[in-house]
Amino acid sequence: MKELTYHRADDAASAVALVAADPDARFLGGGTNLVDHLKLGVTSPTTLVDVSRLPLDEVSELPDGGLRIGTNVRNSDLAAHRAVRRGWPVVARALLAGASGQIRNQATTGGNLLQRTRCVYFQDVTTPCNKREPGTGCSAIGGYGRYNAVLGASEACVTTHPSDLAVALAAVDATVVVLGPDGERRVPMSDFHRLPGDRPEQDTTLAHGELVTAVELPASAAARRSTYRKARDRASYAFALVSVAAGLELDDDGRVSDVRIAWGGVAHKPWRAEVAEAELRGRFVSEEAVRAAAEAELAAAVTDEQTAYKVPMVRNLTALTLTGLAEGATR
Amino acid sequence: MDAEISLTVDGVQRTVTVDTRTTLLDALRERLGVTNPKKGCDHGQCGSCTVLLDGRRHLTCLSLAVANDGAEVTTAGGLRGSGGGLHPVQQAFLDQDGYQCGYCTPGQVCSAVGVLDEIEQGHVSHVSDDLEADPELTDDEIRERMSGNLCRCGAYVGILGAVKQAAAAGSGSGSGGGAA
Amino acid sequence: MTANEVTPDPLRSTASIGTSLLRRDGVEKVTGDATYAVEHPVTGPAGEPPLHAWLVTSTVARGRVAAVDATAALAHPGVVSVLDHTSAPRLADTSDAELAILQADAIAFRGQIVAVVLAETSESAREGAALVHVEQEAEPHASIFEEDSPTYAPEQVNGGSETDTLDGEPDEALARALVTVDATYTTPHEHNNPMEPHAATALWDGEQLTLHDSTQGPRPVRGTLAPMLGLEEEQVRVLAPYVGGGFGSKGLPHAPEMAVALAAMTVPGQPVRLAVTRQQMFALTGYRPPTRSHVRLGAHPDGRLEALRDDAVTQSSRVKEFAEQAAVPARVMYAAPHRATTHRVAELDVPVPSWMRAPGEMPGMYAQEVAVDELALHAGLDPVELRVRNEPDVDPDTGNPWGNRRLVECLRRGAERFGWADRPTEARATVDGEWWVGTGVAASTYPMLWMPGNVARIRSLDGGRYAVAIAATDIGTGARTVLTQIAADALGCPPEAIDLDMADSDLPFGSVAGGSSGTTSWGTAIVAAAQQFRADHGEHPDPGVETTAASGQYADMDGHALHSFGAVFCEARVHRYTGEVRVPRLLGVYSVGRVVNPRTARSQLLGGLVMGLSAALHEEGWRDPRTGHVVTQDLATYHVAAHADVQQLEAGWLDDVDELSTPMGSRGIGEIGIVGTAAAVANATYHATGVRVRDLPLTADRFLE
Repeated sequence: MKELTYHRADDAASAVALVAADPDARFLGGGTNLVDHLKLGVTSPTTLVDVSRLPLDEVSELPDGGLRIGTNVRNSDLAAHRAVRRGWPVVARALLAGASGQIRNQATTGGNLLQRTRCVYFQDVTTPCNKREPGTGCSAIGGYGRYNAVLGASEACVTTHPSDLAVALAAVDATVVVLGPDGERRVPMSDFHRLPGDRPEQDTTLAHGELVTAVELPASAAARRSTYRKARDRASYAFALVSVAAGLELDDDGRVSDVRIAWGGVAHKPWRAEVAEAELRGRFVSEEAVRAAAEAELAAAVTDEQTAYKVPMVRNLTALTLTGLAEGATR
Repeated sequence: MDAEISLTVDGVQRTVTVDTRTTLLDALRERLGVTNPKKGCDHGQCGSCTVLLDGRRHLTCLSLAVANDGAEVTTAGGLRGSGGGLHPVQQAFLDQDGYQCGYCTPGQVCSAVGVLDEIEQGHVSHVSDDLEADPELTDDEIRERMSGNLCRCGAYVGILGAVKQAAAAGSGSGSGGGAA
Repeated sequence: MTANEVTPDPLRSTASIGTSLLRRDGVEKVTGDATYAVEHPVTGPAGEPPLHAWLVTSTVARGRVAAVDATAALAHPGVVSVLDHTSAPRLADTSDAELAILQADAIAFRGQIVAVVLAETSESAREGAALVHVEQEAEPHASIFEEDSPTYAPEQVNGGSETDTLDGEPDEALARALVTVDATYTTPHEHNNPMEPHAATALWDGEQLTLHDSTQGPRPVRGTLAPMLGLEEEQVRVLAPYVGGGFGSKGLPHAPEMAVALAAMTVPGQPVRLAVTRQQMFALTGYRPPTRSHVRLGAHPDGRLEALRDDAVTQSSRVKEFAEQAAVPARVMYAAPHRATTHRVAELDVPVPSWMRAPGEMPGMYAQEVAVDELALHAGLDPVELRVRNEPDVDPDTGNPWGNRRLVECLRRGAERFGWADRPTEARATVDGEWWVGTGVAASTYPMLWMPGNVARIRSLDGGRYAVAIAATDIGTGARTVLTQIAADALGCPPEAIDLDMADSDLPFGSVAGGSSGTTSWGTAIVAAAQQFRADHGEHPDPGVETTAASGQYADMDGHALHSFGAVFCEARVHRYTGEVRVPRLLGVYSVGRVVNPRTARSQLLGGLVMGLSAALHEEGWRDPRTGHVVTQDLATYHVAAHADVQQLEAGWLDDVDELSTPMGSRGIGEIGIVGTAAAVANATYHATGVRVRDLPLTADRFLE
């Protein structure tokens, strides 16, 4: 018989202590993903520690011009925030490209990063899935694969990370602030999510009981000139086929002095396209140059019949996004 | 495990015992008999269960009731004025035939009230060209913002017309008699 | 009761017909007060609250249930009982294998009901279902519809049409033809997905079964379930005052209705609620089977067809045959002296396909109207002009004169309104920023269908009011409103004077709300009853007198070919970088007889266009060959059109009165909006890009460069 115990946390430290002490305990934030999984049987915790009312819902400016976002800031409030819209348009646009107005009113900043894959097999407990039940096998290999990864997948797992926000945060070099039983630590976005390898059950580098308390955005010229573009199967309210978060800074000659490219929908984590970035630094932005840079990054891509489209799609979309930024497009 | 919570539903304070696994939607529909919000998918994929939760549009199928102890819930049923008259958004849905089978409709209505309020607050959307400007209520803005409410009857043209009619009548959440 | 021929001048007036009366149930719907199948506050005779039922389904595609172990489920708090094939009540008739659930251990598809959990709350029912352990023995299965799937010729196809037709020598004529098309078109699994999942509340009191059901036909449900349960029809009452959409999937009873009925019969006096989950709907509530249509057209250089062949193959289930009639519309659309149509069916280990909006016409006209677009290209003709040149003088199928075929006017009117003349002839000719832009056209058609046996009762009330009763249903079509208007004009009174009672199987017989036959069939009966009422009781009847009358056949279905027609025009944009397709403009112009209520009719036609657009761009159920399971089994992975997908959308109609079809002058309008729409979108994407996609849906990857 299963019982589910509910605790409303009084403060972050006690929430962390409760969850850290109990392997079957989970944090409950906005609930948009966890409640879904409770009903599907994807996860069966015995204890929920509700952190949604903790006072971690402020957006504050940091002395160096950056921004600190409390984990409980709702996606809609973050997207509407004037400082975000001005200084990190890629973050606002990524949020606005995700889910629906209602869900953005509910989903939290930290929760968005911790959402789990939408792989149809992960969500169906009657099928094998290494991420849900380690060692049972990956049904997505040889199954439905339209949303599968083309970069960094493993034999154990070929799925993608669903978050739009995480892709934007990867592009702007955000830092995730985490509270654990031993205190606070700061995790660069590049180290926050992980590739599946032989442990696909582990989406992130967080330990059980560690709580995201904030996300910090450093200010930069590339973040100010940034945007997010997403290709999807429906005009709205759909997960990405591929997405591109990009930021750009040009020098006085018009050459690239700083460029940030992160891809969504292609890997188990937001894929920072560092090879492509390196190719573009110091060069003029042109569609040809960006396509070539993207192709260099995509040389490592592994595709099948169902995912082959992702390579040209993300290459094209990257070219469009960066040429748009270079020309001063607002979106 | 059971828990007792209190909710203000359409202006009436209610106390209800729920299972810790009970969603806010099931607490309303099955424990309180408030069936105005509908269950279309139970997984946050359709919008039929939308209500105004503490004044904002919100799904109830992905919320645990126990986590919403003390919340103020306004369903489409509670948007009516004190005399029972329709909220301007509801009247607009009638006039524009912004529905057919009616199942997604209470969620559409609540969502529309939320959309008009969000526009008033200057929230931008995916289709806003300029993130730094206040958005205008164009057709494309309405379509994008209402996209979290699926309508399989395909009443989207009427729904668009209804949101425009209500906006022209100046009916954000402030007007009408609801608790929103 | 008398059976009535409707006599000439059947309507007293057309004062209400043709007006945009607001929906009679609108306030209940916009407030959410309307109560759907599991929302009725039903309790037992001593106030017993409802139990919640949850379905447990098979996870193998073929095999047998070796054992159902309910121990853990029954130990869960709140779980009351678990029914399986060993413990469920026995059915009196098991000949309908789709409905004869829990009677034997055989598993015929993945997702089949193998147990039902009853519990005090929905949470404990769900948890209990997860705790039921079903030991299954799997057998090899074939569940994927493939090009080389073995097929057979069914005795007839859905709707009772002939399986094959042949006129002249099409193969020889095709071989001689100078302009030809020879191509294969496919449509995928499509799932109705009404917003209200299939659901019912059942109460068995030992004598009487009362079912609050989400159905398109209370009488058909009663008539199907009662004999299977060993009951007289009068022992079953089915009510469906509000139905959250159906689109055919609620047209026939499906296994969940039987499950809740059986469950209720195990707990006399206690109501049982069953709401099928969205995921379970993909296996248990019908779907449009995938189709493959091989279309061959042979024409003269001037575009006139000499020969056509449409060979349609579709998927059915070993459980029960359903043969989607995809080649049927090819029989009536265009003139060609040499013609053949065939249907073949692949029988697989899959759930039972069923009706989905415009079965046959939707996939069939997709294939044919894309093929016609290809023919226009090959002939160097404008696609509107090509269709005009192939307009048949009489129905090519029956040889009967047309009742009211106005396709050419629809095409011409639509072309003018759409601005078709400005269209560049060549494909891939227009770029607007990031988008290729193109336009396309397709024709649509749907037969006039009339269901026999409808009966209406009219009773006079105080103050010049009338009570009108018929077991019709309003699944969102507007039936509650338009039947009121029809009754008002048939009796010669204002609509406010009509009290319409419907959606209850205890009322006089009403046929299913399907096949665009509802208003036609029920309305004809109401008009017949009104005439008989006046004949029986005069112009000033005493309150309380009543007449019940069945309508004879009004429609001249033997003397004339009665069909609706339309033309759909589409502007499509295909993203040059991602291949994403958007449809900024979609226009349908229809000839559907007299429009009873322009407000609700427009919504019906627009809704059909939206569903056609949705099928064009998004919809695809993906069945896993290893498990026989549609894995895209929710609304996040089986996409239907969201609001942002629907931009400028218009529906119009010709001024029309069809006196051959109904006494109201109307024909049905529920399906025709979906017909041809996907073809118009596909043709527009071809015109935009020069890429011809013959397989739905038109996803971004098809156009990516």
